[in-house]
Amino acid sequence: MMDRRLIENFDWSVIWTMMAILCIGLLSIYSAVYPQIQARPTNNLFVKQIIWLVVGFAVMCGSLFINYQRLRALSPWLYGIIVFLLAAVLLVGKEVNGSKRWLEIAGFQFQPSEFVKVIIIIWLSGYFSSQEVSNFPNFRKLILPVGMVILPVLLVLAEPDLGSAIALAATAGSMILFVGVRWRYLAILILTIIPLLLPVWQRVLKPYQKQRVLILLSPDRDPLGAGYHIRQSKIAIGSGMLWGKGFLNGTQNKLRFLPEKQTDFIFSVWAEEWGFVGCAALILLFGLLIFLILRIAARSRDRFGSLIVVGVGGLIMWQALINIGMVLGLLPVVGITLPFVSYGGSSIIALCLAVGLAENVSMRRYVFQTH
Amino acid sequence: MFQEMKTKGRKLDGPKLINLESAESLSFKKQYIVFFAIMLLMMMVYLARLWYLQAICGQYYRYQSENNRIRVEDIEAPRGIIFDRNGVPIVENRPAYDLMLVREDVGDLDGTIKELARLCECDPADLFSIVEANKGSPRFIPIKLLSDMDRDCLARVEADLIRLPGVEIVIAPKREYNWDGTAAHLIGYLSQITEKEIKSGKYSGYYPGEDIGKIGVECAFEKYLHGVRGHRQVEVDAVGRRVRLLQEQPPVAGHDLWLTIDMDVQRTAESALAGKAGAIVAVDPDDGEVLAFASSPTFNQEKFIKGLSESDWTEMAKDPGHPLLNRVSGAAYPPGSTYKPLVALGALQCGAITPTTTFQCPGYLSFAGRQYHCWRKGGHGTISVERALMQSCDVFFYHTGLKMGVDRLAQYVKMFGLGAKTGIGLPGENPGLIPTSGWKKRATGVPWQMGETISISIGQGYDLVTPLQMAVAYGAIANGGKLWTPYVVNRVEGMAPGEVAGAGPRLKREIPIERSWFELVQKGLTEVVGEPGGTAHSLYDAAYPIAGKTGTAQVVGLGRGGHKAGENDKDDAWFVGYAPASDPKICVAAIVEHGGHGGSAAGPLVKQVIMAYLKGKHQSAKR
Repeated sequence: MMDRRLIENFDWSVIWTMMAILCIGLLSIYSAVYPQIQARPTNNLFVKQIIWLVVGFAVMCGSLFINYQRLRALSPWLYGIIVFLLAAVLLVGKEVNGSKRWLEIAGFQFQPSEFVKVIIIIWLSGYFSSQEVSNFPNFRKLILPVGMVILPVLLVLAEPDLGSAIALAATAGSMILFVGVRWRYLAILILTIIPLLLPVWQRVLKPYQKQRVLILLSPDRDPLGAGYHIRQSKIAIGSGMLWGKGFLNGTQNKLRFLPEKQTDFIFSVWAEEWGFVGCAALILLFGLLIFLILRIAARSRDRFGSLIVVGVGGLIMWQALINIGMVLGLLPVVGITLPFVSYGGSSIIALCLAVGLAENVSMRRYVFQTH
Repeated sequence: MFQEMKTKGRKLDGPKLINLESAESLSFKKQYIVFFAIMLLMMMVYLARLWYLQAICGQYYRYQSENNRIRVEDIEAPRGIIFDRNGVPIVENRPAYDLMLVREDVGDLDGTIKELARLCECDPADLFSIVEANKGSPRFIPIKLLSDMDRDCLARVEADLIRLPGVEIVIAPKREYNWDGTAAHLIGYLSQITEKEIKSGKYSGYYPGEDIGKIGVECAFEKYLHGVRGHRQVEVDAVGRRVRLLQEQPPVAGHDLWLTIDMDVQRTAESALAGKAGAIVAVDPDDGEVLAFASSPTFNQEKFIKGLSESDWTEMAKDPGHPLLNRVSGAAYPPGSTYKPLVALGALQCGAITPTTTFQCPGYLSFAGRQYHCWRKGGHGTISVERALMQSCDVFFYHTGLKMGVDRLAQYVKMFGLGAKTGIGLPGENPGLIPTSGWKKRATGVPWQMGETISISIGQGYDLVTPLQMAVAYGAIANGGKLWTPYVVNRVEGMAPGEVAGAGPRLKREIPIERSWFELVQKGLTEVVGEPGGTAHSLYDAAYPIAGKTGTAQVVGLGRGGHKAGENDKDDAWFVGYAPASDPKICVAAIVEHGGHGGSAAGPLVKQVIMAYLKGKHQSAKR
């Protein structure tokens, strides 16, 4: 199974780029939880993140042994399992800060909403690469994939986890657009969604989520209340100036002004201590990573594999764009992690799996199988 | 864009292509370009935004980050409310406004303080001295300049707050006395904790500037009343204004206290004492519950809230009436003739006298070449113990005392709790003094003189007792020999009975004196009021049968300074009694300093208190 060609076609550049971003993430987490590290050198979020990374790499390496082509047949089952888990979160999930996002199984907590993104990518790739679905599919052929995406999006939204729901919808949406959507359908979609926005705004969004959108539209609305996160994040980033304050010298970070600093606002921690230079490097690394992933997709001769890799690239890109846009004060504050940088076990493992999928496709780009 | 792709896509769908998969994959080429172009565009936007924040506005944000601060503010917990036995609130809490200054945020300290002094119409020197006194504390810690500002001052400062960086007004709960000065010695007052008290370790977790109870139950039950302070984490801006509440841990209010005193009885006792120096204390003889605790003159607890000024303090300290002195349990007086029933009980028990023993009273007793007078110049003739109590014959008790001897006398009298703290649990209790020959030798180096035994047998000489001790001792006479520890707190809200030390009834001892001797003495005490020849017959009222004993104690040579000339030589007037005589429900001790004769100066006060209590009891029973 593991023949020489598989190893030859392994794309090391993706792994190196990812490792570079992971190092930035570790440095940032180290700084963000520094007081905790001093208090408990062996049991802190930094150490935990390293453990998650080890687990993530192990899972990634393990996944490489399974030919991705098999996932086509497995994807409906995976989809069923993850929808079941998402429903279970709503029923028996662990509530933290007013939202239920975690499932506890055998002492381990994990967020199904991180894994559903990968599974949706696989399922959509399988669907759009099947014999009967071509590029620019007709309306009937779009009903099933859209419905299959909307169900988990609604389940994630109900947790509520607006950030994950948006990332999921954006990834799936870009995959559908990638396959091609006729202009007519897009026009109809926009015309039907706009009247739907009002009830969503009134019923579905929580007051704090509405507040965040409103504050984005006019930041002066409440600079002291809900605009606080954006303001503090901007102060942290801006105060980094060109060269940053230096590792472990971030005052915003130290004084605990930054909320959720080791997860959603990790970019601010990095920006404060490493300045514009560090931020530009991080953004360029993300650009490089996505470019390299798209290169894998383009090189693949298999429509299913290409679409999977495009989905993986889209997932990483959207999460990074939304997260950085949020901490830069360009987008509303929604809870979403910065891929490979933020702290979080489920997020890291899901992303390792996603990169593993891309490598899987890269390794097997010359291995043709009939299905 | 999509239109183009569409046409191309359709072309590719054509059947001409052999390797369908490969061709379709190639067909994504345009999509890759669009995907990558979108990403590059977003990267540009983000880099531009970063450049704007970090390069263009960097200086501004750097400044902001250096002036960002989190402060932790305390939220004072409201103290427990103090109720009387019937649930009447005696001491409650009200919001008060304190003027605080955070020096770190003040631009011009001098100007700010002068402006505050002008707005509050106070002396800038006072404010400066407060700032000076806090020189050692960190500059970001607020200093309290004024506590409990009045409304005019508050309004003026509030209006100008925007111009006064570093000045803030905080709301803190303050004590509100529904009857200012009532039961002040029992309840106590609040005052700022001193450095010594903080260092003593008794008040762990207290901060400088915090109020603590200084005397009375406010002090004794401090740990229950105090509550647990809360905290508030706030973000402040560069001038110290609160920007955002980050976290709040609300305070926990102190436990409420239910006292044993009856507000009606208490107020009756206080009005009876009005204008006099003295004390009235009433206890329930059945369990030691304190029903009234009045010490006169009293003081205004309200005064302590704003912080006592220097002049207020000296005035209070120099007041010849010593308003802060707790005359109920903190001051000891010679008991005078109120001592006699205790002597009689001891003498009967030890066999020095019998109910039929008589002595001859010619108006004096000659002993060792000296004449010891009876209060009645003509004498009482041949007299037994029962009538000696009724008429308060001194000579009878001179003989009795001499027969017992000082040490045996002390032994019995101490059984009634005299000469030792009662254990009421209030700070500053005076144990009084019951002399023994050994004590005198130790204290003065001079052996006991027989003549001194004569003085102490009628409650003079070295004998010193507190009114509270007398009330408790007479309670034991009234109930036939049970000595209770007096207590002032019925219960502490939220605590199980028995969990709180010093609350609830506790029997101290069963006095080992025969029941029949108690009955005999009770008879004598009943006759004091009930029989026409009794020393307090003027108190007789068939509806309120009182049993008791008058006392008129000489105070010459006691050195109690500060009295007006001419009043100095007037005797202290005592009356201790209980009622109803046959079924005692209340036992009252009263002393009026320099009041003169006990039967006329102290007796009527006791009667008023007894009437107030029994009337109230009667009414509540009817209800």
